[in-house]
Amino acid sequence: MDDEQELTCQELVELVTEYLEGALSPEDRGRFEVHLATCPGCQTYLEQMRQTIELLGRITEEMIPERAKADLLHAFRTWKRG
Amino acid sequence: MAGSAPLDPSPLAASEDDRRLVEALRAGDEGAFTQLLERYHTTLVRLAMIYVTDRAVAEEVAQETWLGVLQGIDRFEGRASLKTWIFHILLNCARTRRHREARSIPFSAFWNPAAEPGEPAVEPERFLPADHPTWPHHWNAFPECWSGLEDRLVARETYAYIRQVIETLPLHQREVITLRDIDGWTASEVCAALGISEANQRVLLHRARSRVRRALEQYLREQ
Ligand SMILES: [Zn+2]
Repeated sequence: MDDEQELTCQELVELVTEYLEGALSPEDRGRFEVHLATCPGCQTYLEQMRQTIELLGRITEEMIPERAKADLLHAFRTWKRG
Repeated sequence: MAGSAPLDPSPLAASEDDRRLVEALRAGDEGAFTQLLERYHTTLVRLAMIYVTDRAVAEEVAQETWLGVLQGIDRFEGRASLKTWIFHILLNCARTRRHREARSIPFSAFWNPAAEPGEPAVEPERFLPADHPTWPHHWNAFPECWSGLEDRLVARETYAYIRQVIETLPLHQREVITLRDIDGWTASEVCAALGISEANQRVLLHRARSRVRRALEQYLREQ
């Protein structure tokens, strides 16, 4: 791998999603990981992206409101009779 | 789940569990319907919020969707997963609602990333200039580590803030980040539901996640 092919930080941040999705070619994945291994800034950046995704995944913890459930079960019974 | 690489290559047809639920529903099993409500109702409301801004209207759209599910259950053939099928009914209900409100929903299938100016994941001024002698396009100053901020990150206000940020995203970014990261759908499921390519899905996801990260960084720095 020659020097010209080395990723910059500014390029790396645009490849993070493709990296996490496993969508990079083996060569690009290699360049990504080589850069990452020696760059604390990009390591922190990747970690922040992971933390962001994890937070997004925790937004869902909600339950169906009892009122909506009761209304819908009522609709279900009506449907069943129809 | 979220964050891993859910590029599931298997066909997106209905699972055994889907078929069992559908059979039970056709037979009028209230338990099966309750199970579906508990599994998907809050998701439907959240997805409806992508298209209609009012929470009460979103709740109505979700309820209409369930009625559509019941009316259409005999036509369910299992070519798509139950989740995708329900989502399509929701999409129709939301579209009708928006149409009535005299607004139109742009069609995901025709979305073209090249037509929409992309914003960089990170502000360009965070990097050294192109003519820097040793480190062009490298970090000007490293991003600050968020470890030690866990309490702030998981605070109720932070979640509320993230929700607000998502509401400001362009429609297609909001669709993809909601389905993928909030509701944990796989990439293939999202592509099938929205009728977009894997590559476009990734572009939208990337822009949306980058915007949320940027906003979070700002939020954590401000306080
Ligand atoms: Zn770097």
